[in-house]
Amino acid sequence: MTINKLFSGKKLIDSLRDAIFKETLPDKTYRIMEVCGTHTMAAAKYGIPSIIPSNIQLVSGPGCPVCVTSQADIDNCIELAADKRVTVATFGDMMRVVGSGGNSLYQAKAAGADVRTVYSPLDLIKMAREQKSRSFVFIAVGFETTAPMAAGLVKTAHAEGIRNISILSLCKTMPQVFDMLLKDNEIKINGFFCPGNVTVITGLSIYKPLMDAGMAAVVTGFEPADLLSAILEVIRQVNSEKFSVVNNYRRAAHELGNVKANTLTYEVFEPSDARWRGFGLLPSSGLSVREKYEAYDAFKLFGINRFREEKPTPCRCGDILKGRITPKECPMFGKTCTPENAAGPCMVSSEGSCAAYYKYSARGGG
Amino acid sequence: MAEITLSAGGGGKAMARLINGVFLKYFKNSELREMRDAAYILTPEKTAFSTDSFIIKPEFFPGGNIGKLSVAGTTNDLACSGAVPLYLSCGMVIPEGYDTEKLEKIVSSMAEAAGEAEAEIVTGDTKVAPRGDLQGLIINVSGIGRTEAEWNNYSAVKAGDCVIISSDIARHGVSVLLAREELGFSGGIESDCNVLCKMLQTLYGLRVHFVRDATRGGVAAVLNEISERSGLGITVRENDIPLRDDVAHFCDALGFDPLAVANEGAVIIITEKDDAEAALERVRKHPAGRNAAICGYVRQDAGVIMETSVGGRRYIEMPLGEILPRIC
Repeated sequence: MTINKLFSGKKLIDSLRDAIFKETLPDKTYRIMEVCGTHTMAAAKYGIPSIIPSNIQLVSGPGCPVCVTSQADIDNCIELAADKRVTVATFGDMMRVVGSGGNSLYQAKAAGADVRTVYSPLDLIKMAREQKSRSFVFIAVGFETTAPMAAGLVKTAHAEGIRNISILSLCKTMPQVFDMLLKDNEIKINGFFCPGNVTVITGLSIYKPLMDAGMAAVVTGFEPADLLSAILEVIRQVNSEKFSVVNNYRRAAHELGNVKANTLTYEVFEPSDARWRGFGLLPSSGLSVREKYEAYDAFKLFGINRFREEKPTPCRCGDILKGRITPKECPMFGKTCTPENAAGPCMVSSEGSCAAYYKYSARGGG
Repeated sequence: MAEITLSAGGGGKAMARLINGVFLKYFKNSELREMRDAAYILTPEKTAFSTDSFIIKPEFFPGGNIGKLSVAGTTNDLACSGAVPLYLSCGMVIPEGYDTEKLEKIVSSMAEAAGEAEAEIVTGDTKVAPRGDLQGLIINVSGIGRTEAEWNNYSAVKAGDCVIISSDIARHGVSVLLAREELGFSGGIESDCNVLCKMLQTLYGLRVHFVRDATRGGVAAVLNEISERSGLGITVRENDIPLRDDVAHFCDALGFDPLAVANEGAVIIITEKDDAEAALERVRKHPAGRNAAICGYVRQDAGVIMETSVGGRRYIEMPLGEILPRIC
């Protein structure tokens, strides 16, 4: 028996499902936001919506780092990759996201740019040592979960005196986006699936505002039993109108988070304003490289405008990420925007809410 | 002769040395030895004809190499079409400076795989590309076979048919990704690269309606092709799809869908319902088919659907192309 199978056994699943059916009140609608893209993917992968009552709605939230990357940032990445002296490295999902010109890093690579996908930012250390005359830039996207990895790259390069590495930090943090969601009156959400992976790093405190606003906040993992028990917890809190932050992912997430990783992040980065796809500029919601490490800051090194203006697009990723509309309500979904020809990043990233909808539900049929 | 030089593709003495010293050494048949411009062969009445080209990085991976892969690939295509492979050609483009010892290993694997398929490599061609023009070897293998059953007609598929998968899935793709050593993971996962002719030949006589190997695009691609072309739906049960735990965990960690990962020894077999158990039993007798399972059925309505491990339902989409590791 492998660990994941512990959380998908038939007996366990059936009992959770029975409890959900028993406790769901038929006259109520339960809207639960999956903050993290991995939750969206996991729910779709296991067909969770098809085994729960139809008045429980799972809504995708703003937690896919690729999806919230602004088009202007993508333009910056593509332009940087065009520099013949530069090798750009990033995570696989970023490759297919299109900029305002309709092209992606994938296409830039085909046109001759040196763009590499890496699994770990530390892969750049080896690359930089092997080709000392090239400049290696890591495009850092992600939330609290991945920021320590980017910080680790900067610290390692600094400690080892490697000067041909820098990072273009597009990293973002979660609390500010919760603030934004709570201030938006149009968003009707009863509860949140809080990302277990982020919580491993941050701890539970960042979810307190959700509880204070009268919403259930359940930290959960990504296996079927995790998702079903989190749904059950939200239903119980909504029914009793007693809201709290519950850690449903105790096997990995500690209440205080990972202090060491957090310290590393904030040693290298400091909070700064950041542009979110669909939400605009959110104050102090990004992470930029501190002055101490400015030799590793690609924004400074290459004179890139961090706050470049964005061209408006008909893509409704912003409304989808806020949970205002479902992907199939976007006029582009499945027509001018498909995984092969993605207009918005929610369709590009494998974790994106539109991609998950398209991949795992009937094309546009829901 | 440690490295292949440009002159080995030039038609002169160096080329003769390469052909005699490497190719004729392993491809032993009287037709090839005649060194004619074309091979003279007897073709059967209903001939199946197929071709495939191969590039792979790295050329050697656990469970095989590009040589075995090329012959297995083309003979498997013939076998899946219901044909017994008879004659093969081998076209090779070699980068200048290529290590001769490596080439010999590849050619010897090709000979071994052809032997397993009981097919003869009767004609060939070699070119050498200047250093820098080519990153690795390119091999083309074409083949013809005697058609014994027509297993490649979409119109033969009908609602109620059973879907059999001949092996646990996703091993080839995972094995090759691991062998590239770019991911910082290591593991002993061997490719499922195998010559499947003998296994599939045991199915003659049964009511087999369609066969296809789930290579690039994996099981997801093949099921979608069959569904789209036949106009019928397919349902598969996640719990019945054979998948090794180590392969599953690797895919899980990197965000790959095992259904979209390439195989080189897993074949989708669609049979009349009443013949499915018999077909399964025959496939399992072959070492490459020991993990085979009946994993689904054909439906009247459209779409490829997965019944998930927890009793949910979802669509299986056509994969996009290159699989990329996910961010987190």
